[in-house]
Amino acid sequence: MTVLLDLGHVSKFFPAGGRNQLARLRRRLSGGPEKLPKVYAVDNVSFVINKGETVGLVGESGCGKSTLVRALTRLLDVSDGSIKLGARELALKPARVFARDRDRARIQMVFQDAGDSINPRFTAFDAIADPLRRLRRARGKALKEQVEAAASQCGLPPVLLSRFPHQLSGGQRARVGIARAIAVKPDLLVLDEPTAALDVSVQVVILRLLQQLKRELSMSYLFVSHDLSVVRLLCDRVLVMYLGKIVESGPARAVFDRPWHPYTQALVAAVPRFGGEAMERLRLKGEPRSPIDPDPNVCRFYGRCPISASDCKTRAPALRRFGSRYVACHFAEEFVVERIKSGP
Amino acid sequence: MTGSLALCVDRLSVEFRTRSGLVRALDNVTFSVRKGETIALVGESGSGKSVTAYAIMGILDPAGRVTSGQAMFDEIDLLSASPKQLAAIRGRRIAMIFQNPRSALNPIRPVGRQIADVLMRHRELPTRAARLQAIEMLRAVGITDPARRASAYPFELSGGMCQRVMIAIALAAKPSLLIADEPTTGLDVTTQAVIMDLIADLATELGMATIFITHDLALASQRAARIVVMHAGHVVENAPTTELFVQPRHPYTAELIAATPDSAANLDDLAAIAGSLPDLRRPDLPACRYLERCSRKTEQCAQTLPQAVLGPEHIVACWNPIPVQAPLKRAIGAP
Repeated sequence: MTVLLDLGHVSKFFPAGGRNQLARLRRRLSGGPEKLPKVYAVDNVSFVINKGETVGLVGESGCGKSTLVRALTRLLDVSDGSIKLGARELALKPARVFARDRDRARIQMVFQDAGDSINPRFTAFDAIADPLRRLRRARGKALKEQVEAAASQCGLPPVLLSRFPHQLSGGQRARVGIARAIAVKPDLLVLDEPTAALDVSVQVVILRLLQQLKRELSMSYLFVSHDLSVVRLLCDRVLVMYLGKIVESGPARAVFDRPWHPYTQALVAAVPRFGGEAMERLRLKGEPRSPIDPDPNVCRFYGRCPISASDCKTRAPALRRFGSRYVACHFAEEFVVERIKSGP
Repeated sequence: MTGSLALCVDRLSVEFRTRSGLVRALDNVTFSVRKGETIALVGESGSGKSVTAYAIMGILDPAGRVTSGQAMFDEIDLLSASPKQLAAIRGRRIAMIFQNPRSALNPIRPVGRQIADVLMRHRELPTRAARLQAIEMLRAVGITDPARRASAYPFELSGGMCQRVMIAIALAAKPSLLIADEPTTGLDVTTQAVIMDLIADLATELGMATIFITHDLALASQRAARIVVMHAGHVVENAPTTELFVQPRHPYTAELIAATPDSAANLDDLAAIAGSLPDLRRPDLPACRYLERCSRKTEQCAQTLPQAVLGPEHIVACWNPIPVQAPLKRAIGAP
């Protein structure tokens, strides 16, 4: 398989300003090295997306999913690390410059809730035409043709193109959001919770559409979601993120059927299932640890983790490989062995 | 349905006057909740779940009007009660958790104050005690560092924390009926599980009846004893949870179950529901509003809407319900 996108040790820190702006200003003016606390939104994350692959990215809100996605779609500058699209290094290009880059069209995004992410004063046509105008310099008849082609690929009848977002149903808006992203024929489509705002009846249709588009346009998908049952349906591989780090990755089915990292176990246990009342529930207590200047020697999951052994607070676990899977837990072996013994 | 009822909604109909015509949002909606029981109202968006809740709470949009029906809560009909009567009930004995906590909370008031407001109004606590109690409430709903969080504004808190604050506000006065309108939509599964546990624990502790509104059937199946399925302003099926999932009788319920991604092996196993909700402004709306999407329609369906009682607790609004023998493609309860 050819690698499409290669992320190496990507980190993104944000300065965590105290509430006291004046104190910050004084500190800055008084000279000397300013040591502001930092939020470790994404901390040393590496993974690849192959051509034609659908990778799922799951984790709770605040775990850094969105920051990671914004970094790899080059809407945000990274603090450290490399982002390679094919052979080209993108991490060094400032996000503002990349907006006009020739490769901008190769990574596109479908945002959460098209109702909020489409300009309310744009008709469906304008919404889809916008990226074509900016990135492909399409005008006039060519533009119209391309917009209509993208719309029809997404199952949007031409009569709807003159409508404004508020005149469209949720499913139709989702289609506009997708059409807009695929209009410039990207290689990588990043989908941020594309079905979160939809009813189940429409969700199935949109998921099928996404699967069909992927085949037709041979795109790769990065599918960001916290709905594990949807991720499981669509994804080949899944990355589980917790507080800025990837804690587990591997083939989607294997990870969800037999999660090894305690966090993934809790995540899978929390997914509502039909008639699941008999299931023994694994609950996470409390809040995640603070992402501000985390102790590099403590496991990020320490405190919430049911294991939380003494080892976990003196040595942060690295992401280790077990066949096709990676797990960042000191106790991964126990789960791996136990699971293999008890059979699938 | 006997036993002591916390709330009994009987033939509730609601209309909205809009510029483009009269929207018949609810039509003879009937269901009840026993004391201490948790039921779920499920259906697609636009099926009338929230309108039902708003009508019961008396907080319908001014364009909406209750045209018929009763909602009996302790001998009081909430739909015809005076504003004064309602003010004594709402917030104190019936509380509601709203869909979007960020927009339901007051953006320019610290969250601790908002909880204290309820305590002062309904439990008549003095200001100081209310403030301290508010911090305790924040602790009870699992917010770490509650003393500091109490002075935070909603925008400073995460979605999950805002929802906890909403729950704290709703439960501050220890109500006997809680209406939770999509309390966990937009939250993570882990947070969702914790919030739902929290509501369930507090419900047990306070002996509170809960009406839980959701579009997530799987979640409803885990959390409710009984499920009321709504479609386009009608209650189409009302049955105990296990019965409903093992043997759905209304075609819509069956399709809804089949469309929910759960343990489905792959995307092809999921069924999309044909068509969409009918336009509720249409003057020629058929008696059964599912008629045009239905694969089991008969000639009678356009005439009247039946209320077939299939068991002591199982009601279905269908002339041609799915026979009991037909096993569903996806057996529910299977691992």
